[in-house]
Amino acid sequence: MSANAPTADLFRSERMRRRRIVNRLVEGAATVAALLAVALLVIVVSSVVRQGWSAINVDFFTKTPAIYTGFGPRPASGISSAIIGTLIIIGIALVMALPVGVLTAIYLNELAPRKLASVLTLAFDVLNGIPAIVLGIFVFIFVVVGHGQAAWKASFALAILMVPMIARSTQEVLAVVPASMREASLALGAAKWRTTLSVVLPQAVGGIVTGATLATARAAGETAPLLFTSALYSDSVSYDPRQPIASIPMFIFTSAEQADPVLHQQAWGAAAVLIGIILIASLIARWFADRSVRRLKGER
Amino acid sequence: MSVAQEPAAGPAAIQRRGRFRPGDAILYVVTCAAALTGVVLLGLITHEVLTQAWPAMQKFGLGFLTTQAWGDKGNTLFGAKSFIFGTVVTSFGALLLATPISLAIALFLSELAPRWIRSVVAPLVELLAAIPSVVLGLWGILVLGPFITGTLGPAIHGTLGWVPIFSTKPTVGSNMFAAILILTIMIIPIVSSICRELFVSVPAELKDGALALGATRWEVVRGVVFPYARAGIAAALILGLGRALGEAIAVTQVIGNRVAINKSLFDPGDTLASRIAGQYQGADTALQVASLVYLAVILLVFSLIANLAAQLIVRRVAGRHQV
Amino acid sequence: MTEVNYPVDIDVKDPAERAGLPSAIDPSLLAAKPPAETLARDRVFSIENLTAFYGNAPAIRDVTFEIYQRMVTAIIGPSGCGKSTFIRCLNRMNDVIPNFKTEGRILYHDIDLQARNIDPVGVRRRIGMVFQRPNPFPKSIYENIAYGPRILGLKDDLDSRVEKALRRAALWDEVKDRLKRSAWSLSGGQQQRLCIARCLAIEPDVILMDEPASALDPIATTRIEDLMHELKRDYTIVVVTHNMQQAARVADMTAFFNISRGAEGERSGVLVEYDDTKTIFTQPKDSRTEDYVTGRFG
Repeated sequence: MSANAPTADLFRSERMRRRRIVNRLVEGAATVAALLAVALLVIVVSSVVRQGWSAINVDFFTKTPAIYTGFGPRPASGISSAIIGTLIIIGIALVMALPVGVLTAIYLNELAPRKLASVLTLAFDVLNGIPAIVLGIFVFIFVVVGHGQAAWKASFALAILMVPMIARSTQEVLAVVPASMREASLALGAAKWRTTLSVVLPQAVGGIVTGATLATARAAGETAPLLFTSALYSDSVSYDPRQPIASIPMFIFTSAEQADPVLHQQAWGAAAVLIGIILIASLIARWFADRSVRRLKGER
Repeated sequence: MSVAQEPAAGPAAIQRRGRFRPGDAILYVVTCAAALTGVVLLGLITHEVLTQAWPAMQKFGLGFLTTQAWGDKGNTLFGAKSFIFGTVVTSFGALLLATPISLAIALFLSELAPRWIRSVVAPLVELLAAIPSVVLGLWGILVLGPFITGTLGPAIHGTLGWVPIFSTKPTVGSNMFAAILILTIMIIPIVSSICRELFVSVPAELKDGALALGATRWEVVRGVVFPYARAGIAAALILGLGRALGEAIAVTQVIGNRVAINKSLFDPGDTLASRIAGQYQGADTALQVASLVYLAVILLVFSLIANLAAQLIVRRVAGRHQV
Repeated sequence: MTEVNYPVDIDVKDPAERAGLPSAIDPSLLAAKPPAETLARDRVFSIENLTAFYGNAPAIRDVTFEIYQRMVTAIIGPSGCGKSTFIRCLNRMNDVIPNFKTEGRILYHDIDLQARNIDPVGVRRRIGMVFQRPNPFPKSIYENIAYGPRILGLKDDLDSRVEKALRRAALWDEVKDRLKRSAWSLSGGQQQRLCIARCLAIEPDVILMDEPASALDPIATTRIEDLMHELKRDYTIVVVTHNMQQAARVADMTAFFNISRGAEGERSGVLVEYDDTKTIFTQPKDSRTEDYVTGRFG
């Protein structure tokens, strides 16, 4: 039934105007929110860069923390021991976590019966959600009590953190490999294990690298597990994985608590280095992800 | 291809195929063992943590949850009440702030922004998630704290001081308010990225149907997009909450580490995770350590509940939408 | 610009249909239609030299014709000839597509629909649309129908509005006892009638239908077509269809679009012929129309 004036609504009316205003307000609020998030990022990162810039020089990367006798101002030096320590710790963690993560993904995606796979996947998802501090306490109870701290124990804690992430991203990329490829290999008479290792896995390498890089980036910034496993409170330098060693996150954590402005500045510098490492790792991961996506699409 | 040229294709080869291949067995066992580590670790963690907390659990029982004390009575009385309070207040406070902001960001990135803005803003929001908590804590101590005591706190207290939660003036930069703000910054990227994917996955024909009825963009979102994505949004919020519950490092740097239950957000306090992180170094007696682990048990329970709830919602929604 | 006539593939669904085309259009159907001259001819739309672009490529070019009130006007033509693009211009649904622009005018009751002071939201209130695949909201049946009136602030007497709309769409009897159930629990044909009811609930002037029955089985299709017959007493209906029998069955006027190739080979849709349905199917003036309706290309 046509209204008497079907064209009346076409022009702005009062109720129409109210709805338009509400719409505009919501659109404006959404834009403001997004800008807020970006602004926060800019503020934090610029604080880090601005404050940390003055601390960063060649010495920062090459010298170890100076021995401080407590008299006079603290001499500024470097965090090379912390940088190397972090690399050692997450290197060992990666060696622990990568095989377990990849093998887990292979099992869950290729070999496991469906019901078992979903239960085990749930277990890993829950493991993923356990706070890092609880993981730290666990590792502390499990291997540190009575035996002392050690860098490899820190790596163990971080590896627990990393395995679910690596497993999930490997699973995702394994799932994208077309079934026809597996079937073709099996039809040629290749055994399942050979199919998996020689045909399926190579396709997934890009995704595995992406997942491993992202997991490493995340682990590099974690402090809580380090508190219990590799907390070095003196300025001594050690690179022995069986001992606690310095690390960038612990350096920032302990320096931030002190009232010494020199230490604060060094903390900012260390934060800048840490963010730099994470940023580079994320970019590498993204580049690999794009590349493997392009590869898979091209080969189809 | 004659059979003579390919002896392997004869009956002998086919017979071999029926037999068990050791390579397959090895692969199965090795990968299965790897996959079981998840369950094993979960069990180990629960067991170890409960065992270590047992002395404290035995001594204090459930009264631990209602006792506000830490090291009182000659280092013999411990209680979690103020930390549970702090955890709940900071986590839910952060969730309260983060929810509208995250939803708005997700809407912006999925509905409003032109493509080029989207490709710039989206990675930046994700980058916010990549900032390590210790760095956020550092920023919280050295930048946010002074800002709260110097500018923001007095402004809020001046205008809203009659509201109980703002009833004191922040004197030290370390207080619950700072913790809430830091946690909000941490939650936003998680919730907004999940919600953004949800909104993008709403079928275009549903949105077209609403548009064709003469709805404005907001009315389409409110009437179609939100209801469609409602379960996923809930899961995202719970995941964000779980993140806030478990955050130890950044919180312990900015919250003030006080065993106190205060009305005002501008007063210091403490959370479960933060107390564990802060007190661990100074734990001397066995009882103190056991009490700390008892705190970890409570925290574990909280985060397991949140995590399982989110996972169940996600799995139920995934099943439904496949129809 | 030379127009090259290509036999372009129509995706006619039923090969049997296609084989028996000339005789499949029942002459008695067409005889039942009064000649269009005797029908009241109030103009609803006047389309003048409409050209629509996705980016730089024109999807339809130079379309000019008129659509009349309280009639069913069918838009037919091979796939890719811009029928959907055209109909979506009429209620400004193409606005949501980035890089879409138009040249030419669309006059609705003598008002330029694309003028700056015209709000697309208001346009869509009066010119409703039913889509190819039923798209009920994830809500109950009642809430689906009530969505439109609620937005418009017509909150009083919602129950009777919902009932009226469902009755008009010939769906009331089937759902009156389960209004609170999810709309997704209905069959495909019922869902499409629900979408029509949803459209009717806000009392539009025109109803646009973009291949409304193509996703439905024959029985459901028949019900939709019966509905169109009834609805045209009160509403102006424009329906896009790839099914010529359907056009012959329901439409008073028919517009035939075809694909034409430009000088550089770009394809765009053009209006070839527009006339009352009987003429289009029995005495088309253009040879391309004749080729299409007799199935010579298809």
